Amino acid sequence: MFGAHTSGGEVMIKHLLSMDQLSADDITRILDTAESLRQVTDRPIKKLPTLRGRTVCNLFYEASTRTRISFELAAKRLSADVINFSADAKSSVSKGESFKDTAWTLEAMGVDAIVVRHGSSGAPHQLSNWARASVINAGDGSHEHPTQALLDLFSMREHFKDFNGLKVAIVGDIMHSRVARSNIKGLITMGAEVTVSGPPTLIPPQVASWGAKVSYDIEPILPETDVCYLLRVQQERQSEQLFPSLREYAALWGLDARRMKMMPEQSLVMHPGPMNRGVEIGADVSESPRSIVLNQVANGLAVRMSLLYLMLGAPNQEIAA
Amino acid sequence: MSETAARFTVKAQVFGPDDIRRALVRVAHEIVEANRGTDDLVLVGIRTRGAPLAERIAASIASLEGADLPSGALDVSLYRDDVALRGPRRLESTTIPVDVDGRVVVLVDDVLYTGRTIRAAFDAVLDLGRPRAIRLAVLVDRGHRELPIRPDHVGKNLPTSADEVVRVHVQEVDGEDAVVIGGYS
Amino acid sequence: MSAYLIRGGRVVDPAAGTDRRADVLVRDGLVSGVGDDLDAADAEVLEAQGAVVAPGLVDLHCHMREPGREDEETIASASRAAAAGGYTAVCAMPNTDPVADSAAIVEKVWAAGRAVGLVEVVPAGAISRGRQGLRLADIGEMARSAAQVRIFTDDGHGVQSSLFARRAMEYIAGFDGIYAEHCEDESLAAGGQMHEGERSAVLGLRGIPSEAEELMAARDIALARLTGCRLHLLHVSCARTVELVRQAKAEGIRVTAEATPHHFTLTDAALEGYDPNTKVQPPLRTETDRRTVISGLADGTLDAVATDHAPHALEEKDQELTFAPPGMVGLELALGLTLTELVEPGHLELMDALDRLSTAPARLLGLGDHGGPIETGAPANLVVLDPAARWEVDPDAFHSKSRNTPLAGRPLRGRVLHTLFKGRPTVRDGRVSDRELAAR
Repeated sequence: MFGAHTSGGEVMIKHLLSMDQLSADDITRILDTAESLRQVTDRPIKKLPTLRGRTVCNLFYEASTRTRISFELAAKRLSADVINFSADAKSSVSKGESFKDTAWTLEAMGVDAIVVRHGSSGAPHQLSNWARASVINAGDGSHEHPTQALLDLFSMREHFKDFNGLKVAIVGDIMHSRVARSNIKGLITMGAEVTVSGPPTLIPPQVASWGAKVSYDIEPILPETDVCYLLRVQQERQSEQLFPSLREYAALWGLDARRMKMMPEQSLVMHPGPMNRGVEIGADVSESPRSIVLNQVANGLAVRMSLLYLMLGAPNQEIAA
Repeated sequence: MSETAARFTVKAQVFGPDDIRRALVRVAHEIVEANRGTDDLVLVGIRTRGAPLAERIAASIASLEGADLPSGALDVSLYRDDVALRGPRRLESTTIPVDVDGRVVVLVDDVLYTGRTIRAAFDAVLDLGRPRAIRLAVLVDRGHRELPIRPDHVGKNLPTSADEVVRVHVQEVDGEDAVVIGGYS
Repeated sequence: MSAYLIRGGRVVDPAAGTDRRADVLVRDGLVSGVGDDLDAADAEVLEAQGAVVAPGLVDLHCHMREPGREDEETIASASRAAAAGGYTAVCAMPNTDPVADSAAIVEKVWAAGRAVGLVEVVPAGAISRGRQGLRLADIGEMARSAAQVRIFTDDGHGVQSSLFARRAMEYIAGFDGIYAEHCEDESLAAGGQMHEGERSAVLGLRGIPSEAEELMAARDIALARLTGCRLHLLHVSCARTVELVRQAKAEGIRVTAEATPHHFTLTDAALEGYDPNTKVQPPLRTETDRRTVISGLADGTLDAVATDHAPHALEEKDQELTFAPPGMVGLELALGLTLTELVEPGHLELMDALDRLSTAPARLLGLGDHGGPIETGAPANLVVLDPAARWEVDPDAFHSKSRNTPLAGRPLRGRVLHTLFKGRPTVRDGRVSDRELAAR
């Protein structure tokens, strides 16, 4: 009976699986809403009644305390009930409950949203075919981590106001990074210019078709960089012979104080954490006021509240039907 | 009956700019009188159209009493009881320049109808602090309350039927001052 | 024994190179007449008006899963699926549990096939013991067994060691066997979920580069040149492999190759929804690869259409794509896909398509009773198909025990009316006839 009401809002998306789903207007709406919600997180009573009666499940197949807590707090701040469900991601045929059975169990519990973190690329996508609940991708394999990208966009917008022409360098393991994929897509959607840098073995040749430029050498791009986004180096990439040593990585692609000085005055250094100080980021750089690693936490909360509000503050299934 | 594609059409303008100006000045007088002055008073307009009305009333009181009165704006979207029915609204900022603790908060809205917006506003204000009292001023009271809420100050009483729609247009948002009745077609 | 008159059909016989309207009379397991208005009062009539009569189909590549995974497929269920798909002979891959690497296992499979009696089950033997690529399987004993194994493969993975591959070819050549390779360099393909390219990069799935197939195909062709062994390349998926086979054939090397219906039907775009049913090995490749595979089938560079029928239990496929085993079922779709994707768009004439589905693979396996010609005195292994019939893929209607296909709901053209195996209808009017079995 109730469609999109004149005084209400349209629900933008049922599931958030990939940044591909979001237009520039959608992203702006998420960030604007997050900005309003950010106010709430600064006042004494931080709780809102908005999602009372809704249930959000955090389904985490990979340990990630920070992301899970961020989502848990976001849901609780909006008065939703929260269930945390952690499991091991392994083939379920011989051991344990299968991913699909877990999905059906949550379905039977009447969960309204499932926030899923999984080591297998596409797992949230598959889940969205099995469950009626909204599915929010909290990081899947080497695919995407859209809420991380949204919070990064939020943090960048706080400093630069406008994405148009903003020059962002993303440095490191683009190949295996879900954070990089989501950020590249989101930034390009918003009109920023993205250049990736890192060991050639860790930059997929397809990056150009995503609209990003490639520079294997980091130094020439730094004077033109507004945001230098450093990805975490995974130790196992070294054992896979994707680069010779952490020392060489640090020497060629690490952002130390000397390299940071090549960047413009107002530029920023970002890192999704946790950092390997002395590898991808110099200890002095991580302590610099231009580095915004830690205050992304508050923004992450606001962005996740915004998403839950925009995705769950939606007509109930029964009523819409 | 889907309202998705419905368009609002104006049937009649019931009040014009002068009516609105006079009504707001009278409400300003009433507020000062009821409060015996302007001490501890803060006007809080409910977004969207209550906010400019609150500013006008505050300006009115300032010129009457020669004292600046704090005036703010409140977005109640996150406190509404119809989020699940109507979907997420575009959020606007809540800006109240003073601490509400111990003050008399006068909520200002354009139209008082079911009372549900005011209910949401109570919760929103109470989450900000503990006012000494909350009062309610509205430009138009059109009746049909669904909650036991009664305004303290009313600009205009406007008897309507439930299937009519009353809209207040304000210069700051709509480019004109008017109260109109219409319907969805 | 009963007699059947297949009446009013168009007999397309790639072995004889003929395409004509004729009745076919079948008596005592043999074709006893081909001609106009044959009269046989005692024969049961199988209507073939508007239909095509062709030699029964022959599949070079089928995973029957027995012994070991009878929950996924059995020789009986695979035989039913094969008959329903128009097949009269299928080659059973040796990656069972235990592996078909000894005479005992291949004879068991062969005998089980005979007991079911719906199709000729032709066991392939493993090249290496346990398919480990370390020690030769009992190749000679399998060749000399009742199953008379002629084709050897470690399918499921390729033989990684070049030296081992060379030794195996030398040994197999001595029995006039065929060395069949699943071309995949595992060091390049390790952990791969799909074709490596634009889409794998976007989907964040580890890719398997075409080069993993190309390198092993090139190596095997070189070793076939060296050893003189007959080489067969299984499920060719990429353009460069087609090119390698073309060159090798021009050079006179004894190489043959097959392609699957899914590789000429689908591309890596199918992976976009992360449906585990789209995960196959070798992976679905690009549109260029798909087109090149089709052109390879059209000009005969690729000798045969083979299903790589790979049944998997629902719970195996109903999990995260990265955990799901590769493979899809194919026996009941191969004919429809060939007619829809190759014949209807004009890439292959019907005669050539039937050659790739029947005559060529029958010759390759040395199955004199299959693949035509359809002539008096020949064993009556036949399929009657309606090339114009339109239908939709419905996995619930499969005779296979498994349902793993991403093609559910896909409209296809052309389906089986009757299949005759050794002169008896195993499928009649589109229904697998168990009645015939019960009567035996």
